[in-house]
Amino acid sequence: MTEPEKKLSAKQRSRRNFLGQSLSAAGAAIAAPSLLNACQNKSVSASNALVEGETTIELKINGHINKLNIEPRVTLLDALRENLGLTGSKKGCDHGQCGACTVLIDGQRVYSCLTLAVMQEDREITTIEGLAAGDNLHPVQTAFLENDGFQCGYCTPGQICASVALLEEVKNGSVSYVTPDLTNPPSLASLSETEIKERLSGNLCRCSAYNGIVAAVQQAVGQTPPSPAASMENSHAG
Amino acid sequence: MKNFTYVRANSVQDAISRATSDRQAMFIAGGTNLVDRLKVFLDEPSQLVDVSRIKMKQIERTKAGGLKIGALVTNTALANHLEVRRNYPLLSRAILAGASQQIRNMATVGGNLMQRTRCPYYYDTAFSCNKRQPNTGCPAATGINRTHAILGASESCVAVNPSDMSVAMAVLDAVVEVRGMEGKREIPLIDFHRLPGNTPDRDTNLEPGELITGVILPPLPLAKSGVYLKLRDRASYAFALVSVATALEVVGEKIKTARVALGGVAHKPWRAMEAEEFLMGKAANKSNFERAAAIALKNAKPLAHNGFKVELSKRAIRRALTISARGGGLV
Repeated sequence: MTEPEKKLSAKQRSRRNFLGQSLSAAGAAIAAPSLLNACQNKSVSASNALVEGETTIELKINGHINKLNIEPRVTLLDALRENLGLTGSKKGCDHGQCGACTVLIDGQRVYSCLTLAVMQEDREITTIEGLAAGDNLHPVQTAFLENDGFQCGYCTPGQICASVALLEEVKNGSVSYVTPDLTNPPSLASLSETEIKERLSGNLCRCSAYNGIVAAVQQAVGQTPPSPAASMENSHAG
Repeated sequence: MKNFTYVRANSVQDAISRATSDRQAMFIAGGTNLVDRLKVFLDEPSQLVDVSRIKMKQIERTKAGGLKIGALVTNTALANHLEVRRNYPLLSRAILAGASQQIRNMATVGGNLMQRTRCPYYYDTAFSCNKRQPNTGCPAATGINRTHAILGASESCVAVNPSDMSVAMAVLDAVVEVRGMEGKREIPLIDFHRLPGNTPDRDTNLEPGELITGVILPPLPLAKSGVYLKLRDRASYAFALVSVATALEVVGEKIKTARVALGGVAHKPWRAMEAEEFLMGKAANKSNFERAAAIALKNAKPLAHNGFKVELSKRAIRRALTISARGGGLV
């Protein structure tokens, strides 16, 4: 292991380094160099001198201040993934249509692909990497695990960040398009399945694990989700 | 995306000065539409002037008893504001019908008014487009135009305005407050957006360098009967094929005042004034609602693939008016 790699946390190591090592071992001469560069470039620009067109900014992510030199055109999503090695936030559509890039800014859920990193200085950014406390998962993460709220997992970081925000929104009395009486918002206990689906409509799941996702949110808000077998029957009932 | 310089404006005056001295500069606030357009090279500004930190995030009661909404109030904050939910419920519903929670959290009121069409030909630089580049042609007019305009379109452009919020604001007699180097002016919302005519590249009557500073809602008791009905290809997170905003004041059996506006059918939020006038003094019943709907759509000119929007609009108007006559609420 090289020196820079030792400094990475266990979370940061994971899949990207596995990919790099696997490619090296396989001797994939053509594809490997560029992929390896992408893998190992994590904080290169932070230590380099300012390149023309770049600007120096500080982003507070998961409680840590990160200083980086980037061009103003870099989206928050690309800054997280390409400059800071936080690859938990996913790039699905890159056009604000799928929700895979959802992160929290000052507690509010947003699409990190539709905002520029330079615009987010002095704000508290929370990504999927920042939800668990050490090895203790966030209750919403646990609920997704226990209710099969995913299949391939690509949309899951976005779904979980969106669900974490959803809980806070309901606690704060927010309304949705399907709330029958706008002056009487639902509580966590009364949040209906229709409300959950409407409030999570900004996160698509191409595996269509929606039954599990709704069940996960039901568990997270303190309700008892139907058994997986029951939801299977519902989804096939005429 | 082409690179640009980035600057944070610290006041309205600062923002206007920068945009006036550099005509290639653009304002950015929530960025939900602009960042997307930058990515596909629809806009290539020299400079982005970030107005998002200017203090225009207040919702205040006006002396007249209405509301003044700062241009930087987020869509979420406006939809959830207690007075909006109580007194202008169709505005809450219209905003909540649009986009997703993530986008509504980012998007501002000013930005919502400035968002551009999602016409796929406009979005794809492989096609010519009069909106993108004047006098190059409109492939949508003879292409796949299922989602396009049936009212007020021209040979130059058949695109529709995508906003839900604007349709509700159109029936609420909202006024857009703007500021430029020449000072402040107010533009009624229904005159803020333009019909395409021969200049579809201009969506609004905002002059270069001008910045939206707020939207004023007058007091409007009949707004409590407001309804926003949105019809689309899926139940959530999709643009309107047709949307309708209505409000009615019924005294006894007779309609005293009526409001009807359509979304998803024209280059701007479409206020159906003639239908409103027809309803005045009439009984609030199905046949009058049907006649009003027919009047609202009498000048419709459907394209090859969007003929369904004419009948859909009529039925939507009838349904929305029926619910408004009962006092409004969820559709």
